[in-house]
Amino acid sequence: MTDTDEPVLVCKDLCISYYTRAGEIPAVVDFSLTVRPGETIGIVGESGCGKSTVAMAIMQHMGANGGIKSGSITFKGRDLTRLNEEELRSIRGSEISMIYQEPFASLNPSLKISTQLMEVPLAHENISKAEARERSVQILRDVKIADPERVMNSYPHQLSGGQQQRAVIAMGLLSKPSLLLLDEPTTALDVTVEAGIVNLIADISEKFNTSQIYISHNLGLILETCDRVFVMYSGEIVEEGTIKSLFNSPRHPYTHGLFSCIPLITTDKNAAPLKPIRGQLPLPFERPLGCYFGPRCDHFLQGVCDQAHFQMKTVGGEPDHRVRCLRYEEIDYKQVVSNTETKVSPEIGKRVLDVDGMKKYYEVKDSSLAALISGKSVRYVKANEKLNFTAHESETVAIVGESGCGKSTFAKVLMGLETGTGGEIRHNGKEISHIKVRDRSTEQIRSLQMVFQNPFDTLNPSHSIGGQISRVIRQFGVETDKKKVFDLVMTLLDTVKLPRDFYFRKPRQLSGGQKQRIGIARAFAGNPSIVIADEPVSALDVSVAAAVTELLMDIQREHKTTLLFISHDLSVVRYLSDRIVVMYLGHILERGTTAEVFAPPYHPYTEALLSAVPIADPDIIKRRIVLKGDLPSAMNPPKGCPFCTRCHRRIGDICDLELPSEQLVKDRHVIKCHIPVDVLSRIEPVIRKPGESDLNHA
Amino acid sequence: MTIQSMSKMPSVGFAAGMWRVIKSIALLRESWVGMIGAFLVLFWILVAVFAPLITQFDPNASIQPYARPGTLSASGSIFWLGTDHLGRDILSRIVWGSRTVLFYAPLATLSAYTVGILMGLMAGYRGGLVDDILSRISDIILSFPVLVLYIIVIATIGASGFNIVIAITFASSPGIMRIVRGLVLDLRNRDYVAAALTRGESDWRIMLYEILPNARGPLIVDACLRLGYVIITIGVLGFLGLGLPPPDPDWGGMVNETRQMAIVFPYMTLFPCISISSLILGFNLLADGLREISLRD
Amino acid sequence: MVLLIIKRIGFMIFTMIVVSIILFLLLETGLTGDPATRVLGHFASDEQKELWRDQHGYNQPVVFRYTKWLGHFATGELGTSIRYKGPVKDVLLPRLWNTAILGFWTFAIMIPLSLTLGVLSGMKEGSFLDRVISVCGILTTSVPEFASAVFFSALFVFGLQWLPGTSSMTNGFEFKLLILPAMVLVVYDFGYVARMTRASMAEVMTSQYIRTAILKGLPYRQVILRHALRNALIAPFTVIMLQINWLLSGVIVVEFFFAYKGFGALLLEASLNNDIALLEACAMVAVVVAVSSQTIADIGYTFLNPRIRFS
Repeated sequence: MTDTDEPVLVCKDLCISYYTRAGEIPAVVDFSLTVRPGETIGIVGESGCGKSTVAMAIMQHMGANGGIKSGSITFKGRDLTRLNEEELRSIRGSEISMIYQEPFASLNPSLKISTQLMEVPLAHENISKAEARERSVQILRDVKIADPERVMNSYPHQLSGGQQQRAVIAMGLLSKPSLLLLDEPTTALDVTVEAGIVNLIADISEKFNTSQIYISHNLGLILETCDRVFVMYSGEIVEEGTIKSLFNSPRHPYTHGLFSCIPLITTDKNAAPLKPIRGQLPLPFERPLGCYFGPRCDHFLQGVCDQAHFQMKTVGGEPDHRVRCLRYEEIDYKQVVSNTETKVSPEIGKRVLDVDGMKKYYEVKDSSLAALISGKSVRYVKANEKLNFTAHESETVAIVGESGCGKSTFAKVLMGLETGTGGEIRHNGKEISHIKVRDRSTEQIRSLQMVFQNPFDTLNPSHSIGGQISRVIRQFGVETDKKKVFDLVMTLLDTVKLPRDFYFRKPRQLSGGQKQRIGIARAFAGNPSIVIADEPVSALDVSVAAAVTELLMDIQREHKTTLLFISHDLSVVRYLSDRIVVMYLGHILERGTTAEVFAPPYHPYTEALLSAVPIADPDIIKRRIVLKGDLPSAMNPPKGCPFCTRCHRRIGDICDLELPSEQLVKDRHVIKCHIPVDVLSRIEPVIRKPGESDLNHA
Repeated sequence: MTIQSMSKMPSVGFAAGMWRVIKSIALLRESWVGMIGAFLVLFWILVAVFAPLITQFDPNASIQPYARPGTLSASGSIFWLGTDHLGRDILSRIVWGSRTVLFYAPLATLSAYTVGILMGLMAGYRGGLVDDILSRISDIILSFPVLVLYIIVIATIGASGFNIVIAITFASSPGIMRIVRGLVLDLRNRDYVAAALTRGESDWRIMLYEILPNARGPLIVDACLRLGYVIITIGVLGFLGLGLPPPDPDWGGMVNETRQMAIVFPYMTLFPCISISSLILGFNLLADGLREISLRD
Repeated sequence: MVLLIIKRIGFMIFTMIVVSIILFLLLETGLTGDPATRVLGHFASDEQKELWRDQHGYNQPVVFRYTKWLGHFATGELGTSIRYKGPVKDVLLPRLWNTAILGFWTFAIMIPLSLTLGVLSGMKEGSFLDRVISVCGILTTSVPEFASAVFFSALFVFGLQWLPGTSSMTNGFEFKLLILPAMVLVVYDFGYVARMTRASMAEVMTSQYIRTAILKGLPYRQVILRHALRNALIAPFTVIMLQINWLLSGVIVVEFFFAYKGFGALLLEASLNNDIALLEACAMVAVVVAVSSQTIADIGYTFLNPRIRFS
């Protein structure tokens, strides 16, 4: 890879617009990029910044209302914007391929994988069917699919998410393209599955000599896969550079802001609170004059930054590092960093929640003929199996796990939407797992509230914000007088830092982050003692997520609430929780304080989870553990240890046959594994910073 | 906005509601198909409302048989659309007939919707046995060819306006139930419904306040289409001689009475056919326009 | 899968039994008026009615009568038509055959027409062709069958004098006489099927796997034929099967209008003349046809959809 190589792709001064009823929407305003052979380029940005538009422009597939206004896209010397459909067709799929965000949606549900793979070489090369088939099987083997013949003969729905994405990647690589576009290829996957795919992607360029453009919102993933990175904001590139120079010294205030929004696995909420970027991404037709980031920038200088639109500048000494900021040389981030406030950790109070052997089984009717004949027509899905843990006042307990681990089921039982099958959950000493929400007292309902995951779903689109919050207040009997209810809604809006006239707004007039704030206001309206937050920020952009997370923490501190934080993201968990419960297929595999869980002895699953977390810090050294296979279905779990099918530290048949018992490490740190604690203790830490023996003990 | 002005909420809420209605009508302007539909429907509503002012003849009075359109009557008024074999003014009969259709069709649709929505809410929200029973019942009713069902019901309970409403309710509410059920099954998994559950709201409040308002978009479109279909049904029943008992004017019945003479006096059948088709077209176009708009945002 | 088919057929039989009970209750019991009065008329004396009831076994217990009635039905013993003074079977079968011919031609024209139009307009949603086809579909479905029959008669029979106005087939079968009835049925129905096909096709065309297929560099024909149609035609298949149900309603109007000696006209006649045995037989035939077509639709749907087939 030298500079003399002819670049694979050159985008020059690209402007892309969508034309709608409301008028022209300039989605991308100024985009230039060069991809050299064998290089992996990352494009990072929040939703709405135009990164997917760029990918579609490169594929020349913009839909009926999109168009390239100006600029050129040169692929191996040919300008893609000037090719006709037939010429484009010969390039698509053979020289440029694309991998998509949702593997299941991008595979045709009614065609076998074999058909979908074989048609790629058949369409582009003059080869026989047998040859195409042979090549397809080989490529499936190359993307590390264990049984390619079976996968070939399967329909997409018969494969797991990870296998589907591997099949899509195989499809993209089949004709050995020179350029591979990956649009958030792992966003829809679980973290441990994601780790495998990321590993595969990182190897592609070497193995197939393919250049890649990797689009993601996750800086950590970019760091692990790319050579150079482009940061986009509101339709333009604001900073570009090699991974090393950009991650070590980000120059643009937006890039810098992004890094301050991500909870790093090395920090926590009290030592280094997140610093959200204020405001919101401007809508395409509301972009300000001058720097688009100006209104949100701490270093904005009137008369300088709000004049004309300006060009990228090369950072001195770093030929590949360019930035779109007039003041980048003047800003001293070190200065700003030293002003970091720290917050005081709240006093942990009395025990409020006791989960004692709680079980939740679902009955599933098996209506297949075989089941009917054998008489086993009812099966049980063990969504929660003997959960034990406690939570105290003002404490944040994180429940961590991937899909199907039973964390949401636990939330349902706790909230009274379902009743437990066995064991107990005691809230302030009173058993609640067998009482449906309707049968609970107003007092109990009020003191146990929830913040939901999906911002677009959490508020009823038909009713005004004010009406919805007022209803909660009246329902909980906090206030009944009209005037007082109204005043209380105003106070709550102030608490979640939203303008008071939101009272009259409908949910569709709010952004995702604002809706989530209303969701928080609603949960805290009755001053609850426990709030359970189910992935409250996972659907939000990083800069918004940081603000919502901080808000949640502040309100919690103030109200001395116990927060049960459900998440799959270990960096967020590490950042905000006091204690962690790690779940897998209905079982708690490890629980303890944050420090305990993040340091050896680990449960092998915790170890793998830690290794799978993408970390946006180039200084950190991570031990890579890639689990084999996919998550087993909760319908059909392994017999012995739930983790035995994927465990990298499996010790023998005992793992397959016997459910391990809980081993007490010390105090309240418990690991459910057959491997003795002292063996687990000798495992070296997964994450370390050079120069530190073990950051987790720091 | 100050706190004082905000506390006058009800009036603000009402004004906002009115504003929404006005805005949705204004939205229709963007779909020319919908505009034509709205125009046709409005035209017939006005005709029905102002029937006494428009017509100069008693629709049931025998005046002068077989008069061609444009014939001058003895009283000095003109038979604009001619008269039928019994000497009744066709224009008057069409105009008064629009009252019949625009009274019974919305009534039957409304009644079918009330039953269908209640069944759909119960089936979709409660699920389980309630759902099984309601779904089976509706499957059975829907398995009848519609017109066969109407003929049997009308043949046994007799032909009258009220019976037509009952027959239509019986035959269409299962279809409405299916739509509502489908929407409810989707909507009840939304987080805002879970939020309402976690604060202990009653089932009825959740069904009527949290779920139903969010199903209104597809239901309004469906109601428009169904209204058109109910008008067809009433027309067909009239045409088959199973409609309203004579002599009151009814478009379908007018076609039935005069079609034997169509070869000589085509206007006797053509005008009622044009009237009923244009009204149905109005509702169908309106539905299409509404759907187009609802898809847009 | 096998279980699913057994279930569907079981439900089909269940439906038919329930329907037969409803029919029996409506027509053969005093629930909606005295059957004797209905048959003999309002002016018959009480003795006459009593005699009729005795003769026809109406004084026996309801359950006993129902079982007997059902047994007769199952063995093809359909009773005697009062109006035609003969066995119902002899009246019904030729009429059914005529309607089957009409139905066949209607479907033979409607299905290819509506599928083609639906696919064409769904391929490019919002295009000029799409708008034209959509508006045409709305226009034709807005005209009730009796009205389009009037319009077509006015044009082809009285205006151009190309076709005869009635299709009674008194001089044996004539293909010419089928044209107008079939045309009316096609015009009324194709709009609906086309609209459903369009919706299905449009949804498929915006799906991500079609984008994948295009971006794989496949020829457009292959994208449409292999990737889009296979998925887009699953939903219309069900719709088409359900159209048989609609057709049974449509033929009543059309046969009545054109005096076509078919099953629909017979059903209407039977109901207008209180010919109970004939009405029962007709209604049962209609329900059997409708329910079996639905069962085929359901089973076919699961066959076409690999997601259900292999789960």
